Amino acid sequence: MQNEWPLWEIFIRGQHGLSHRHVGSLHAPDAETAVRNARDVYTRRSEGVSIWVVEAAQITASDPDAKEAMFEPAEDKVYRHPTFYDIPDDAGHM
Amino acid sequence: MSGNTNASLFEFLLRQGDNTLVLGQRLSEWCGHGPVLEEDIALANIALDLVGQTQLWLALACEVEGTGRSADDLAMLRDVWDFRNLLLVEQPNRDFGMTILRQFLFDQWHLLQLHALAESSEDRVAAIATKAEREVRYHVERSSEAVIALGDGTEESHGRMQGALDRLTPYIGEMFEADAVDAALVRDGVAPEPARLKPAYDSAVAAVLSEATLSMPSVPVAQTGGRSGKRHTEHLGHMLTQMQWLQRAYPGAEW
Repeated sequence: MQNEWPLWEIFIRGQHGLSHRHVGSLHAPDAETAVRNARDVYTRRSEGVSIWVVEAAQITASDPDAKEAMFEPAEDKVYRHPTFYDIPDDAGHM
Repeated sequence: MSGNTNASLFEFLLRQGDNTLVLGQRLSEWCGHGPVLEEDIALANIALDLVGQTQLWLALACEVEGTGRSADDLAMLRDVWDFRNLLLVEQPNRDFGMTILRQFLFDQWHLLQLHALAESSEDRVAAIATKAEREVRYHVERSSEAVIALGDGTEESHGRMQGALDRLTPYIGEMFEADAVDAALVRDGVAPEPARLKPAYDSAVAAVLSEATLSMPSVPVAQTGGRSGKRHTEHLGHMLTQMQWLQRAYPGAEW
């Protein structure tokens, strides 16, 4: 629809979160309004300390139909996981 | 505190609490009817901020009055003539533009007033004002941007916003009116002289209206009578019948 506001994807960093996470999407006429709307729609229960908005049309996504070629080849390459190393206790949580 | 000072403080607290109560109730009428989901939630959030502030102001009013009435009693069991809100906030929602413009005219004043009250000599007043100011800073940002977007929007939205401004401008003057209650509060350092806020209000409002391509009509006489309780508009009574019906029909009912 021509008259509809563009869709924005909303990313929020929580109180103790290290990175912004995708929480949902909403409509807004411009980026600043999208931030304010995100504040009202997604942080009313103290969910966040920082908001990013990205116009959905600006996101390039992988093709769901190409899933097999994109992701399956990694499945049988277990040697890529660092599970074959003994981690010294001193190294702590990795 | 002398009895007279107490009575003035009580009256002042009613004015504070009734402004936020009546406007909060008006905004909550939009819940589920907003033009888009995002605005619907935003208006409900602001309504809840205002009702939350009401609880603080009216609870303090009861404490000052000291007769055992509760904030709920004041909100739900008083009739029109005992309300002390500005006439502006009891005006009906009408369309979204009118709602936003009413909000804008109130928010700009509310922020200036709370900012001054944060320095009040009465600690309990200063504490409520400090908390409320943070919320209202956001209200101002939101309503100002909306006024600009709609005023400087389409021919249709511009016309509606100018119509709303023409209709609501007569209610601005009451914000800066002063009576004996105000004089007592100013003397004690509890609240600022209302007229002192006017220059900052006029310039803040003018800046937004100019960006919104709206023009303030000249109004010969301000509509007053709400904060003094002398004469409310016909709209407040209708609003109270909705807001208070449950306590009236089922006295003492609780969750």
